[in-house]
Amino acid sequence: MGYVVSNVAVAVLVAGAFWVARSVRRSDLWRGAAVDLWRRRPVAIVVVGIYVAIGLLDSVSWVGGGGTAAGDLVAQHKPRSVIDRLFPESFKERSYSAPFATAEFYGGQPLGNPGRHVFGTDILGRDVLRLVLKGTRIALLIGGLTSLIVIPLALFFGICAGYFGGRIDDAVFFVMSTLASIPSLLLLIALIMAMGQGPVQVCIAMGVTSWVGFCRVVRGETFKLRELDYIQAARALGVSEARIILRHVLPNLMHLVVITFVLLFSGLVLSEAILAWLGIGIDGSWGQMIDQARDELARDPIVWWNLSAASAALFGLILAVNLLGDAVRDVLDPRTLREEP
Amino acid sequence: MLAYVIRRGLYGVVTILGVLGLLYVLFFLYADPLDMAQRAVGEKAPPEVLQQWIENHGYDRPAHVQLVDHYVRMLTFDFGRSDADDAPIARRLREGAIPSLSFTLPTFALGLPLAIGLSLFVAYFRETYIDRAGVVMAVLAMSVSVLLYIIGGQFLLGKLLHWFPISGFDASPDVILRFIALPVLIGVVGGVGSDVRFYRTVFVEETNRDYVRTARAKGCGDGRIMARHVLRNAMIPILTRVVVAIPFLFTGSLLVESFFGIPGLGAMTVEAIQGNDFSTLRVMVYIGALAFVGFQILTDISYTLVDPRVRLG
Repeated sequence: MGYVVSNVAVAVLVAGAFWVARSVRRSDLWRGAAVDLWRRRPVAIVVVGIYVAIGLLDSVSWVGGGGTAAGDLVAQHKPRSVIDRLFPESFKERSYSAPFATAEFYGGQPLGNPGRHVFGTDILGRDVLRLVLKGTRIALLIGGLTSLIVIPLALFFGICAGYFGGRIDDAVFFVMSTLASIPSLLLLIALIMAMGQGPVQVCIAMGVTSWVGFCRVVRGETFKLRELDYIQAARALGVSEARIILRHVLPNLMHLVVITFVLLFSGLVLSEAILAWLGIGIDGSWGQMIDQARDELARDPIVWWNLSAASAALFGLILAVNLLGDAVRDVLDPRTLREEP
Repeated sequence: MLAYVIRRGLYGVVTILGVLGLLYVLFFLYADPLDMAQRAVGEKAPPEVLQQWIENHGYDRPAHVQLVDHYVRMLTFDFGRSDADDAPIARRLREGAIPSLSFTLPTFALGLPLAIGLSLFVAYFRETYIDRAGVVMAVLAMSVSVLLYIIGGQFLLGKLLHWFPISGFDASPDVILRFIALPVLIGVVGGVGSDVRFYRTVFVEETNRDYVRTARAKGCGDGRIMARHVLRNAMIPILTRVVVAIPFLFTGSLLVESFFGIPGLGAMTVEAIQGNDFSTLRVMVYIGALAFVGFQILTDISYTLVDPRVRLG
């Protein structure tokens, strides 16, 4: 039933994106920022959009439909995404073949689909282009799911600490300094080792290691907001604490949420590559493909297309997100959030 | 000042106790001993072997006994034996420190001046094409995965051009340079992008201050302003970033060490991960946190040295 959850998640995400877009259009400030951002980084936005589209296409899947061999019952009863359908089951070889090759790389046996594998095939004969496209979804999942963990967690604890101060602040500060004092890669590894492997576990572990930085920013910002006149006025008028936080504090932190999301994203995807190399990453990620290349470069003649395709895909996404992140920060808030030291 | 250092030190101790508590929760309460045994001995091991493993490593004792034992042993630096091969962890820590330091220290010593020099240069030409090109280069450099730097460096410089040995390590002074050259080069190149971007922002921000305008009005040259005035005033953010990096000199680099076969602490951590060696991993996390907290306190003290306006109290 995993594919149903995935389809629902896509529907929720798309609906959420429309809702956000509508809210942005209604607010002058956010609309101005969006226009400014589009003017500054059109290419990066388009590139990120393409990656997101590929990721979404790979998340919508259903059972049935064409594209399978007549007798292949397993494939016919397996949910397949749009990306899977672009590459039918027969689009496979027995082993390595170079991009656009007509024969196998080692041995020279003729291929089933000569000249049609744009990035060649891997050791099991799978089309590398398909693997790279499917890796997009993993990369977005790492960044997206982790941010879904990080942002609410950091907002909740950061606002509580900054707004209420006192004992709550002390407790939150203690947890933050404890987590921050462990080198993040080691903490990440320890968490995954204790929780076991799997995509959700990896995202939770990354969430635990990366919420501290954002929480600190939220805490500081809330601390400042609390002293501002309009919040003092709201309090004097007898508005409840919960309402002050929801109506007056939270909206004034939203720009930080957007900036953090973009800045966090590339770091998360890059750390997954390291985890993949340690053997505790997520199956099918670009990191895993790069990891396999260690053996492939030692072969003679070398197999270069697997590494190149995965690295190029990873590099493209990270570069676009990094460039976008700089612009988002410049547009929304050039001062508060400098890079973490 | 002394009162501050003491208070800061006490808070550091509390933080370390918190770290140990977290490790206890992760490795003794959360992790299932049977699962750990299976991963260490093998999935298909007979139940009595698994039970034996759990007893040998003390994971069957009551929770509070394990808690006390965990705290006492960590705080007295009695690290015990590895879960994987029963080697004493303390000895391996001592053996691994030298190889780790022998490549992290040169990386640090070369990387830091390079990053600061480059970012001063780029900030000097701020708002010009040199600046823009510098920022783009930095973003490009930091968008490449460390894995790719290592694999690419080994392949290109080691295998194709034969400039360096592909991997290996020998601590004897006459050949060590051959072995650490490539890891150091990769370490420097891999870190310089994000460093330059960070320091450039700091420097550019600093050049917009009043004292820079005053210095220029008095006829001070641009180069002198950058090297004498801006650099000095930017010391606080620089120190913050530098000192945070120092603990990693001790824990080594997981990736670089195991790719290049340097028998340091990073490679030891990787081995611990791959061998499901929980006790070694626990010690590595503890050591890392200890170094971090220690250097954090030193950072705070060093602020007073570089900026007389900072008063600790």
